[in-house]
Amino acid sequence: MIEIENLWYVYESGFTALKGVSIRISNGEYLAIMGKNGAGKTTLAKHLNGLLKPTRGYVLIDGMDTRDYSVAQLSRKVGYVFQNPDRFLFAESVEKELMFTLKNLGFSESEIPSLITRTLNDLNLSQFRNRSPFSLSGGERRRVALAAILCANPDYIVLDEPTVGQDFYEKERLAALLERLNKKDRRAVIVISHDVEFVADHIPRTITMSDGLIVSDGPTNKVLTNQLIIERSNLKLPQISELFTLLHEKNSHIPRDIVNIEQALEAFNKLTSSRKR
Amino acid sequence: MALIEVEHLFFRYSRSNHWILEDINLQISSGEFVLLLGTTGSGKTTLCRTFNGLIPHFHRGVYQGVVRVAGFEVDKTETPKLAKYIGYVFQNPENMLFSLNVEREIAFSLENLAYPKDTIIQRVDEVLSLLNIEHLRHKAPYELSGGEQQLVAIASVLALKPKIIIFDEPTANLDPLTADYVLRLIKRLNTVFGITIILVEHRLELVMPLASRVIVIDNGKIVMDGPPDEIINNQLFYAIGINVPKIASLFNILNKRYKLGLKPTLNIYSAANELEGVFNDRD
Repeated sequence: MIEIENLWYVYESGFTALKGVSIRISNGEYLAIMGKNGAGKTTLAKHLNGLLKPTRGYVLIDGMDTRDYSVAQLSRKVGYVFQNPDRFLFAESVEKELMFTLKNLGFSESEIPSLITRTLNDLNLSQFRNRSPFSLSGGERRRVALAAILCANPDYIVLDEPTVGQDFYEKERLAALLERLNKKDRRAVIVISHDVEFVADHIPRTITMSDGLIVSDGPTNKVLTNQLIIERSNLKLPQISELFTLLHEKNSHIPRDIVNIEQALEAFNKLTSSRKR
Repeated sequence: MALIEVEHLFFRYSRSNHWILEDINLQISSGEFVLLLGTTGSGKTTLCRTFNGLIPHFHRGVYQGVVRVAGFEVDKTETPKLAKYIGYVFQNPENMLFSLNVEREIAFSLENLAYPKDTIIQRVDEVLSLLNIEHLRHKAPYELSGGEQQLVAIASVLALKPKIIIFDEPTANLDPLTADYVLRLIKRLNTVFGITIILVEHRLELVMPLASRVIVIDNGKIVMDGPPDEIINNQLFYAIGINVPKIASLFNILNKRYKLGLKPTLNIYSAANELEGVFNDRD
């Protein structure tokens, strides 16, 4: 479990990025942290693997206080995937990229090759094992950056704006991968994003932030259909929510807390079949 | 005469062995708002680069066919001359901004084209006021938010008074509200100032209602070209792997499953009216 308690963070410049944030994240959860640029999302995320240490309050990762552990120690628990993979990748081959992580985190020489093989297989990257990351496409480089984090088997995976600049297919592939990590491998997945449609489609719990504060924390279909929360968090309603808000105004039998197509079809089925009876 | 004319354009980059653009034929008239769609690697950005001369003057490769902008053949025209007619706003404004402050940034492109000092001062004032960013005048680019950077990038292109502006995923790094603001601004440049817009953008639910024409590129070829309302009634639109607006997608699924004959629309209010009818019919 991750326990964030009354977390404050003040940058050296004097800018207060977090103003008393408290969140609990259980093992195996899948959640989004949303809000406009500058709301404090990335500052919060960087506390999870100790890249930043609290100015006030604390962060516990499975009981480990991040103030007492190094980034390397925490990185075995929490993997942090940066927004821009190009700022992260540097090695001459995909394999060496993963090897670097594993050696740094203190994995033994004997277990490293099998961890690399498994991770590359999982992410469909085996054919690129000896290629330079920079000869790959943007989407592939993103997967390499992800592989370099996942190979250490962290229980918690934090992804910063993973959908930026991704097209439809790339987003769908990412969504399938995250779902597998979450459901099958039981990892907690924490996605920092302002992509309301992606969150509405795939992520069950949503926390929104504004000005270093938590605005709301709850099921995505409650949070992203609440006009007050949306406005305060500088977001927009997902398009399907906008549609169902209008439909609900016209006919109160039509539910309002619908955020994606799957839920819309379910609601349609329910309403039409109950009327046939 | 069309503002942009493309005839039998083929292009591939030097190290590539297949055509990125293959027999493109296209005319864009003054005042159009063109949304250019396609999956990653389809050739959209490459096509945009042929309009302002980045191809073939900067990115080298094998180039065949003709691209004319305001009557000038792009491959035979120097890029500074083209810059007076066509501007380009990139996805990452930080790659484009480099001056000490916003004012200098906007003045730079004008200085480059050797405008007289008075004109430069006047143009900088005009665009700052037009975009409501006078308060940013003395700020350094790194002090700006992503949205502000994008506005400054637009301002420095606008200062040249181009007839056409290409926007290549201008909102990719912006939060939804800021993205909405920038896209509406682009629409205003089109309607109020008559600037021809060519926009590459993934947020179709925001931008499709703004465009007058949608061009879909797949594997280097134009596969669809028409007004947005026509495009969303074409099944190919749903099959090609682009980010179809959710409402159009929902209508398409409902039509397929229940043979409802709903008319796909981009307008949320007519969508609600139509769908409410369906819910009520089943009462």
